[in-house]
Amino acid sequence: MSRLEKLFLKKNKGILNIYFTAGFPELNTVMPIMEALQSGGADIIELGMPYSDPLADGPVIQQSSQVALANGMDLDNLFLQITNMRKAISIPVILMGYMNPVLQYGFEPFCAKAAASGVDGLILPDLPAHEFETIYAPVIKKYGLDMIFLVSPETSNERVMKLDALSSGFLYAVSSSSITGSSAVYSGFDAYIDRLLSLSLKNPVLVGFGISDKAGFQKATAKTNGGIIGSAFIKALSAGKDVKAATKAFVSSILQ
Amino acid sequence: MTKRFSEPDENGYYGSFGGAYIPEMLHRNVEELRTRYLDIMHEPEFQQEFQLLLKDYVGRPTPLYFAKRLSERYGWDIYLKREDLCHTGAHKINNTIGQILLAIRLGKKRIIAETGAGQHGVATATVCALKGMECVVFMGEKDIQRQAPNVARMKMLGAKVVPVTSGSRTLKDATNEAIREWINDPVDTHYIIGSVVGPHPYPDMVARFQSVISAEIRVQLKEKTGKELPDAVIACVGGGSNAAGAFYHFLDEKNVKLIAVEAAGLGVNSGSSAATTQLGTVGILHGSKSLLMQTRDGQIVEPHSISAGLDYPGIGPLHAHLFETARGIFLSATDEESLAGALELSRTEGIIPALETAHAIAVLSTLREKKVLDEEDRTLVICLSGRGDKDMNTYMEHL
Repeated sequence: MSRLEKLFLKKNKGILNIYFTAGFPELNTVMPIMEALQSGGADIIELGMPYSDPLADGPVIQQSSQVALANGMDLDNLFLQITNMRKAISIPVILMGYMNPVLQYGFEPFCAKAAASGVDGLILPDLPAHEFETIYAPVIKKYGLDMIFLVSPETSNERVMKLDALSSGFLYAVSSSSITGSSAVYSGFDAYIDRLLSLSLKNPVLVGFGISDKAGFQKATAKTNGGIIGSAFIKALSAGKDVKAATKAFVSSILQ
Repeated sequence: MTKRFSEPDENGYYGSFGGAYIPEMLHRNVEELRTRYLDIMHEPEFQQEFQLLLKDYVGRPTPLYFAKRLSERYGWDIYLKREDLCHTGAHKINNTIGQILLAIRLGKKRIIAETGAGQHGVATATVCALKGMECVVFMGEKDIQRQAPNVARMKMLGAKVVPVTSGSRTLKDATNEAIREWINDPVDTHYIIGSVVGPHPYPDMVARFQSVISAEIRVQLKEKTGKELPDAVIACVGGGSNAAGAFYHFLDEKNVKLIAVEAAGLGVNSGSSAATTQLGTVGILHGSKSLLMQTRDGQIVEPHSISAGLDYPGIGPLHAHLFETARGIFLSATDEESLAGALELSRTEGIIPALETAHAIAVLSTLREKKVLDEEDRTLVICLSGRGDKDMNTYMEHL
């Protein structure tokens, strides 16, 4: 049974998944931040692989990616930092990033390395379902990784069902039609979530994009299994000098 | 493999290049476009309106001009396809007319676009004014500075020009911002991409709208020379829309050499270049798999060209396929060579070309040395994609 499966068996409400960009704010802060997230009470860690042209991301994550790249972060360095992470981290860890850096690394070597490091799953928002089915799915399966697809308010029921079937671990429900870090309130949110949940999905649903505080987290997760926070945490990391303290303070602000 | 060079397969691939590598938030829009663009383009009312606007508004057919003095200088019969005489000064409007008619039929209320040199931005602002649609154009801060006349034209036409400050502050980043804006407003907005790049069906759709260039060349060349086909067609390539249009009806005519000219910037190996096929590797940018300039780690490299319209780290998937299969001949011209090309055309033919176009002129002097043509080749067509008004500041600095 995968770590994500075990997690959702044990806890199926209020799951807190926190995203940060690897190599931000400093090159070597990956492990300290992950440890502080775990000890602070986060349930899942979503580790962002920085990319020069992150199409689905707003200014905060764009900027953190630029800083991380300027700090010298690349996939070799990331795998170096997380190669022994399972000595310290027991909660699920997911890699999130764009296809191009993964393709340059080599899709199979990337999956092999991720699995060997104890990574549980992947989110690749610009990997099309068609290419996943025809090319990449067997590789993901071979290395025992979960593939997590995104759905949005514009995704039809039929397509939600398809993406749910292709996903394992959980399904990522983008909270509104937006890039990350948006503060716009989406009036159709409740109806959208009700629509998703009426489809008897096989995966748990986590809501992401636009959640920045405790109130937002509670609203997003009232009916779903949990939520994902990214930009707001990156902002908190930018402000604090001590990443561990900043991380703990941020997680507490959501959970307490 | 596609059977015909001009047509991608059902998933949008030309050979191994193309596809639609987009976040789910754009899926509905792109899928709507993919399932409807061909039907809409084939509707008689659409064709009637499109053709009428191309004729009476754009000024088509554009002349195929025999460049006598240039021909005498080089010893070939050189014809210039005068896209610079299109309304707004470049070929870009062929595509924006087509796409705005399509957007209206899709029920869209608002248009966004990216622009590099500003020609696509002006062409988009123009058709939005024509149809009374809201228009937002994303333009890199660096390009806003070097293409000031076009920024003024867009504003005059009522478009909102949004300066893009991320990354290299040029065309690549303007495209990123336009895509993000589309994600934020997917229902009411249509994104008019200006080149044969982006997720399927954009490369094919834009190539089809631009294919009027080569359709006219075939007819006009026959009228003027009696010849069915030229020996070579030459066009500059950034993303590659004018080249796609100029090559389109010759793609499956194996005897016509298709010569694409990329921007070498300060020199292909100088570290400041935009010669994608020479410096690029296979990767994914702006929604399609193609050749692009990138680091070993898959980060996109910031290109350089004196020409804002060619200052792009990728190339359309059709062109990547032409390169991969050697159906296309890919050359490059440096900043300096293209400035010399612009001056040469100005003073031999009285035509001031856009800096982008000047790259296509610049290779004339190297074709013999590089043995690109056969001995018996006589008839060359150069796509004169745009006029140089927008580049006068740059030209004056270097004159």
